[in-house]
Amino acid sequence: MGQFFKLADLGAIAPELELILWGMGILIADLIIKDKKKLGIVAIVGLFVSGIFLFRLNGVEATAYGGLLVIDQFANFFKLIFLVAATLAIAISMKYLDIERENHGEYYALILFATMGMMFMAGAVDLVTMYISLETMAIATYVLVGFLRSSQRSNEASLKYFLLGAFSSGILLYGMSLLYGISGSTRFIDIAEALSRRPLNDPISLMAMITLSAGMFFKIAAVPFHQWTPDAYEGAPTSITAYMSVAVKAASFAMMVRVFMVAIYPMRPHWVAIMAAVSVMTMTVGNIAAITQSNIKRLLAYSSISHAGYVLIGLIAGNQTGLIAVAIYLLIYTFTNLGAWAVVVALKRRDVIGEHIDEMSGLFFKNPVAAILMLIFLLSLAGIPPTAGFIGKFYLFASAIETGHNTLAVIAVLNAAISIYFYLRIVVAMFMREPNEKTELTYSPALLTVLAVAFIVTMFIGIYPDPFISMARLAIPAGF
Amino acid sequence: MDFINSNILTIVTFTPALGALLLLFFPRSRAKTARNFALIISILAFLFSLHLVAHFDSNASGFQYRTDRAWIPSFGIGYQLGIDGISLFLVLLTTLLTPLAILASTRIRDRVKEYFLFMLLLETGVVGVFCSLDLFLFYVFWEVMLVPMYFLIGVWGGERRIYAAMKFVLYTMAGSVLMLVAIIALYFLNGKATGAYTFSYELILAAIHGGKLVLEPATERFLFLAFFVAFAIKVPLFPFHTWLPDAHVEAPTAGSVLLAGVLLKMGTYGMLRFSLPLFPNMSHLFAPFITLLAVVGIIYGALVAMVQPDMKKLVAYSSVSHMGFIVLGIFSFTPQGVEGAIFQMLSHGVSTGALFLLVGVIYERRHTRLIEEFGGLAHRMPLYAAFFLIVTLSSIGLPGMNGFVGEFLVLLGTFGVNKPRGVVAAAGVILSAVYMLWMFQRVIWGEITNEKNRTLTDLVSYEKAMLIPLLFLIFWMGIYSNHFLRPMDASVARLLSQTGKREIQYAVAPALQP
Repeated sequence: MGQFFKLADLGAIAPELELILWGMGILIADLIIKDKKKLGIVAIVGLFVSGIFLFRLNGVEATAYGGLLVIDQFANFFKLIFLVAATLAIAISMKYLDIERENHGEYYALILFATMGMMFMAGAVDLVTMYISLETMAIATYVLVGFLRSSQRSNEASLKYFLLGAFSSGILLYGMSLLYGISGSTRFIDIAEALSRRPLNDPISLMAMITLSAGMFFKIAAVPFHQWTPDAYEGAPTSITAYMSVAVKAASFAMMVRVFMVAIYPMRPHWVAIMAAVSVMTMTVGNIAAITQSNIKRLLAYSSISHAGYVLIGLIAGNQTGLIAVAIYLLIYTFTNLGAWAVVVALKRRDVIGEHIDEMSGLFFKNPVAAILMLIFLLSLAGIPPTAGFIGKFYLFASAIETGHNTLAVIAVLNAAISIYFYLRIVVAMFMREPNEKTELTYSPALLTVLAVAFIVTMFIGIYPDPFISMARLAIPAGF
Repeated sequence: MDFINSNILTIVTFTPALGALLLLFFPRSRAKTARNFALIISILAFLFSLHLVAHFDSNASGFQYRTDRAWIPSFGIGYQLGIDGISLFLVLLTTLLTPLAILASTRIRDRVKEYFLFMLLLETGVVGVFCSLDLFLFYVFWEVMLVPMYFLIGVWGGERRIYAAMKFVLYTMAGSVLMLVAIIALYFLNGKATGAYTFSYELILAAIHGGKLVLEPATERFLFLAFFVAFAIKVPLFPFHTWLPDAHVEAPTAGSVLLAGVLLKMGTYGMLRFSLPLFPNMSHLFAPFITLLAVVGIIYGALVAMVQPDMKKLVAYSSVSHMGFIVLGIFSFTPQGVEGAIFQMLSHGVSTGALFLLVGVIYERRHTRLIEEFGGLAHRMPLYAAFFLIVTLSSIGLPGMNGFVGEFLVLLGTFGVNKPRGVVAAAGVILSAVYMLWMFQRVIWGEITNEKNRTLTDLVSYEKAMLIPLLFLIFWMGIYSNHFLRPMDASVARLLSQTGKREIQYAVAPALQP
């Protein structure tokens, strides 16, 4: 264990520490600065500074705080995803919040706090750290979901999300307490050791594994724990929906990889079976429910549910290919999905909800660039080459086939084929229907930048994925 | 010269894509310039592809004009291109039909720039499919080509265009995603057996035929079926054909030309390139069943074509029938049958392409395709009638024209191995004469019964320009068929040696065999 607190450990958490301080700074500055958009820019600068600290930790392999946290390439890879997601989310928020007349400094501070929580989640190798960082992220997100104070929908979404989130955290804690009871330690490696000494069918271990998994499945909105998602995603401010759908999901997956691949790895035969069933249900229910939606936010919410189902395949495979697939898929999904949400955000104008699929009708004639970008993002979500989404799906399917999960792979690809139907429905509206007077976009330079970045990365990874694959490979060394 | 030879396929494949990229920057108001530009680009691609014929070595059985670079090395994926006698003329057919289709789109008025952009992207996708020697690359091109076709049907199509476009995409996707699973499975099976993880078609093929990669029968069956269903939907083989009439009827003329002319050939090409040599045992095992479906398709397509009131739908169903011949020829595993099938692929591309162009000509004048609306067109459009006659006869398979050679060789190959199938298929030839001539009679001959047809004008210059090359080919392929068959010989012989051909001894060498 060694000395619990060392000054050098502060360096290990410099990126997170910087975000806390910066977020507090924004809260103070909020009292002075009247133009809240400036605070958004300040927050983006804060994220960049955090990125610089993160960059300095590149290649460092260390544990900090007596084994509560680790610094490794895996954590760094995911931390980068969170910083990127937060930056892009803030960039699409500034104009949007003005339109909603809810532009407050707390919004940006909360995003920084949530991001900080996620970054700790990626490095947590101890139940306590994991839980605290998870709750840090979750509480900040609950508030953000309900940020449109005057909107009943937003308040309802926040409350639902909060109640179900608290409930699932309870279940998660229950599993954690059982694990502590079994092993007498909160550290993942000790837990793994204790579990491996018990028989595989030990009822207490099973109970711990099941409750822990249920809590985790709630966080990634896997079926049958997905009920909160469409409501929360629909009610939340669109920019927060975008942020949640990529960052919260990526953080939860980072945590899941550590928990399932380290802490309860000895129980793998059991959890693989559960996870395979959950994955199939998640993909199928997500896709089939998405087909019937006519609200874009709900449609993309169900689409994001199905994507969580795909990502689970990587964990089920559980080998290096599978975990690389998880990492690369989440990276790609961050850019692609934020790009798609950015277009939805642009549809929002004062007093117009801008969420019905019809409101995209003829977008191509009024605004060809936005329509073409949206097309690229949708093709990427559907997994059609030469976009990044195809590379991600390809990796996931490959990992399933490599490890002999052939039936799962077949179900997954058929789901991918089904998903094309509802993504193309948006394309049909944009390109093949006559425009109506509602189809106008609200742009800001920041939003355009987000669109451009998302587009470039989506196409680049699609055509030349090798640098990103190498990056993910570094994050996940063989025998993770 | 070496530099050109090793890059020519890249040039041919990506010239249209580059053109499409440049089209993006054209101002929307300059519609005519955009069209001319697209035409020039596609002609350029055609001229480049002529290099392929000019320097093709007909005696070599392997792949030529090879390009081989690493693309995604971490997964053993290469950028590998190459063509042999099987794909050579399919590439040319694509590069020839695209400019003709662009000519046929002269009267497109709506969103002209995007229309030609998708047209050029489609060409890149299709040529890429015919040239790819890496399974991953092949799949990428196979999918890439879906998107432009989806838009061509969905934006510029007829009344039910959205339905037809969606159906087209979903059918194709349902088949091709399973192929993706099979491709990945093949990659890992090969990697585990040989230690070399690669998507290279040639390496995997070599492993299979070198005995290094031995597939369990159950595995081979799954892989074969996954590939085969993807191809069968594309062909389309009965009973996977239901998307085709919808797509054809709703697509704009140029879309139909390319769809029938080259897109369908991707399916039969896939069978030749992948199904047969990679899974020879299952090919033989399933051949009786597949040829049965092919024969049913031949007769069914012909019978349904006969009763169609819509000319385009008639031609669409005739395609189902003609494509049945191709599948029949492929799964006869005889040199005659396979060469006949490849020849028929080209010949169907030319004849059906021409037929769709001809239907498009009167559709643009009358905005209807119903046979009953016409009659006596020969009075007003003599040149059109003459062209129509030639194409009709070629489609029926009149000796001296292209259609005859392919069908004859296919039947010859089939008779030797399965007489009943051959007999029934031959009946399909007769039926094709019935529906084609009957349509011709009702549309062209007789008196003008509909007053609207009295003011029709004959072919104008751009219409002549798009039809004459095809008419020329109809005769060239019919008379000098050896020009086209000879380059196939070595590759087909190699293909059959990999598949395990059925030897049939003919007392008299078939007259058409070189």
